[in-house]
Amino acid sequence: MIQKLMDAFQFPFVRYAVIVGVLIALCSSLLGVVLVLKRFSFIGDGLSHVAFGAMAVASVANLTNDMILILPVTIISAVLLLKGGHNSKIKGDAAIAMISVSALAFGYLLMNIFSASPNITGDVCSTLFGSKSLLTLTSEKVIICYILSFIVLIVFTVFYNKIFAVTFDENFAKASGVKADAYNLIVAVIIAVIIVIAMNLVGSLLISALVIFPALSSMRLFNSFRSVTICSVILSVVCSFSGIIISIISGTPVGSTIVAVQVVVFGICSLIGAIKK
Amino acid sequence: MPLLTVKNLTVGYGSQIVASGISFVVNAGDYLCIVGENGSGKSTLMKTLLNLQRPVSGEIIRGDDLRENEIGYLPQQTIVQRDFPASVKEIVLSGRQGKMGLRPFYNAEDKAIAAGNMERMGITGLSDKCYRELSGGQQQRVLLARALCAAEKILLMDEPVSGLDPVVTAQMYELIEKLNKEGVTIIMISHDVNEVIKYASHILHIGKNVSFSSTEEYIRKMDEELHRKMNDASKSMIPPSLHRMAAGVKKDQQDEEGVKNDQQSEEDVKKEETGEGGTL
Repeated sequence: MIQKLMDAFQFPFVRYAVIVGVLIALCSSLLGVVLVLKRFSFIGDGLSHVAFGAMAVASVANLTNDMILILPVTIISAVLLLKGGHNSKIKGDAAIAMISVSALAFGYLLMNIFSASPNITGDVCSTLFGSKSLLTLTSEKVIICYILSFIVLIVFTVFYNKIFAVTFDENFAKASGVKADAYNLIVAVIIAVIIVIAMNLVGSLLISALVIFPALSSMRLFNSFRSVTICSVILSVVCSFSGIIISIISGTPVGSTIVAVQVVVFGICSLIGAIKK
Repeated sequence: MPLLTVKNLTVGYGSQIVASGISFVVNAGDYLCIVGENGSGKSTLMKTLLNLQRPVSGEIIRGDDLRENEIGYLPQQTIVQRDFPASVKEIVLSGRQGKMGLRPFYNAEDKAIAAGNMERMGITGLSDKCYRELSGGQQQRVLLARALCAAEKILLMDEPVSGLDPVVTAQMYELIEKLNKEGVTIIMISHDVNEVIKYASHILHIGKNVSFSSTEEYIRKMDEELHRKMNDASKSMIPPSLHRMAAGVKKDQQDEEGVKNDQQSEEDVKKEETGEGGTL
């Protein structure tokens, strides 16, 4: 078993893949707490389906770099969803459901009608559930993942205190002169970017797990915003790393293995939380 | 020059007017209570004063030494906050955000101000505790400390004692009175007129009739009203047919409506109290 791992790590692309996986895990867990508290747990799903739709369009249009299309489309949807949350006629959860299923349907439709690929089902399956292994990532995508994760990390750190203030009490923040709308916008953009890069790791259908589980697990254990955030980053990185290792050893799909590990960790955390009380 | 002058203000959402004809003046050191039935526009007025929404018409004039966003705000609790993992210290510090502009992290001055206000509210010992595990009274103190971090001169409070038990309510009123004596100007929304007239210096009543007066005057007017109502009540002992002839149908209808409103608002208050009480 260890031999198998050692063999795998001989190849540079395996090492890169693991690093990408860890970076994605790190970023995706950052905003989990905020999303859970804003009752936006499902925004990850909604946005990833939008990204799937955009990806379908990109592949039909034969774009060499599909990120050019996916990223802006997803960001715009995120902004619309988060902005419309309070006062639109269609409420947050309904809007997410609507956008996500229609994007999914149109994406699949387009792929079926126009795709030249002989294995449509395989293509669709890997975008929905993540690649069979991370190793199929092109070097171009790996670099994009590096850059985007880095940007997300910096932006989150710089605006950490403001994101806290705005999430905890938007009205108070506004009344005391904080540009709450601007920071909500930043949150929306960060989420969209995270979704797009995380799609490579676990696929559209499993992204919510990557965003939500670390936050939920650490909320069982810790009491301050800072400790919850730090703990969810650590949990997320550990879960993803072990998930990737397990999948290399046993040949299981990466995405679902990581999510399975997340679920187990959540169970353990809930147990510890219950005992502590 | 007064801190705040409000002239013939109309508040509402878009074209929907909630309350109109509101005029009042707040001087430094005042303790103003805004009273009125549920749905009379108290919270809408407060949001307008805080710049969270625009006035439909009329003017709000700030005194020279009161800049925009220098009004501290004690909001009612939101559902989000009930399960928010945040320590007391983090919440109080977040009151400084409005003064920080784009500076990302808190500096020594911010921390000192936050610590000072926690001391003032008697919650220094709780600073690392989790907000959601505190009692209702402690949570209000935390939010009050945060409001003081945002603004020193004037505080706006939205039903600060709703959902608190009688003992804690009394403590809360004492705390607010202490702040007022220290020179903080207070504007408070309340539905409990009988309680607030003990503390307030001025009362603004909004609803069908808007009135602004000092507390003494308000009490005098209430007494007169009471006498008038008692007289009306004794009149209604006369058979209704005669009464209608004497007073006219219209007035009778108005009285009936008034009674209905009163009952409704009392019921609402009870509902709120029991609902909040369950979670404490």
